[in-house]
Amino acid sequence: MPSPLFEEKLAQSGLDLAPLSVETLQVNVTRLCNQACHHCHVDASPKRTEQMSRATVDRCLEILERHPAITKLDITGGAPELNPHFDYFIESARALGRHVMVRHNLTVTIDGNPQTGESKRYLPEFFARHQVEVISSLPYYQEFFTDKQRGNGVFKKSVESMRMLNEQGYGKSNCKEGSGLTLNLVYNPVGAFLPALQGDLERQYKRELESKFGLVFNSLFTITNMPINRFKKDLERLGAYDEYLTRLVNAFNPSAAEGVMCRSLISVGYDGRLYDCDFNQMLDLNLSEEAGKTIYDFDLDRLLNRRIIFDQHCYGCAAGAGSSCGGATAK
Amino acid sequence: MSYYEPKDLDRFGEIGQFRGELAEKFFDYYNTVTGQDGALTKREKALIALAVAHAKQCPYCIDAYTTQCLETGANPDEMTEAVHVAAVMEAGMTLVHGVQMHNALRKRGAM
Repeated sequence: MPSPLFEEKLAQSGLDLAPLSVETLQVNVTRLCNQACHHCHVDASPKRTEQMSRATVDRCLEILERHPAITKLDITGGAPELNPHFDYFIESARALGRHVMVRHNLTVTIDGNPQTGESKRYLPEFFARHQVEVISSLPYYQEFFTDKQRGNGVFKKSVESMRMLNEQGYGKSNCKEGSGLTLNLVYNPVGAFLPALQGDLERQYKRELESKFGLVFNSLFTITNMPINRFKKDLERLGAYDEYLTRLVNAFNPSAAEGVMCRSLISVGYDGRLYDCDFNQMLDLNLSEEAGKTIYDFDLDRLLNRRIIFDQHCYGCAAGAGSSCGGATAK
Repeated sequence: MSYYEPKDLDRFGEIGQFRGELAEKFFDYYNTVTGQDGALTKREKALIALAVAHAKQCPYCIDAYTTQCLETGANPDEMTEAVHVAAVMEAGMTLVHGVQMHNALRKRGAM
């Protein structure tokens, strides 16, 4: 039986998910990555070449400067550190007083740039100097699941990189967002199942990483795998796509849906196009003419009055305890 | 065609088609025991259920509790260890009957 349309499900639940704010500008600066993970919705890999230009970075900075209500800059990729203007982007956004988050895969510090060979070992010190909030994927606190999802050797490199961040002071205090040196980890399931409860997993991660490796971090965010792009292909290969989507639909949680991140952020593609979220970006669900198609058409009022584009993958954000770039969303 | 079709598990509720009040009591009991943290966490209960599923060799339960273990944060090391607990219990239950064999041997003057 086909799954009900996500928008129908919202209507049945009496929900009308309109934008609430644009608190965060989430900018995807590259699809190049030193890894090629099984679940990656970006299909990022060492072979990708898409990069945000300096002009588009400058336009993002101009938008931040013009709109103090956008308090956070969330930089993602690919491995965003592999964009040639990454350091400049962070330095400039911090100079504007913005809270800056980087979706950092940990291993890029060790691997460096896969295309140029440039070393990235300076990153932990650079992040600390600019008080960047580091948000790092670590799919499990053990080697097996981590390497299965992200490639051989990733767990060991991630441990080494986390140690470098800890040495800079990251993850050492339970500081409030925006102050101190925050290292948050991201868990996403290694296969076709939903994440465990965020609080339970966080306790397990903290206990295991500290006792076995002496590593510390602040919070764990659980994220549900989106049934799109590379993960969708994986599900289809396993003959598990329909079952997974049914699982997401059956776990639909109105409280989680209310907290979806697209209500409070705007996603910018490497080419400057605007989207409701990074997932819609990868599905090419560009904002309408009325809302503003690119960062050059950025108009906060029009964005706050737009209709968010929903599709079947949105069940991923509304399942169980919910899922967002900041973890679970259900109250 | 196998007797056990994975999709049949979704039809478990059909058992309530007749004498529904009994099924209701069962599912209520089942969900209370397995669906929430108590003196044991949901994760610990899932590992116990996985072990029992293997001991009783129930394919539905192995399928369901593999997922439940994963969705409560367990990993293949822990899950395999749970299956070993079931296996050694089975082996132990067989071996401990060796004492009965000894009793029988003694009774026959053969030991």
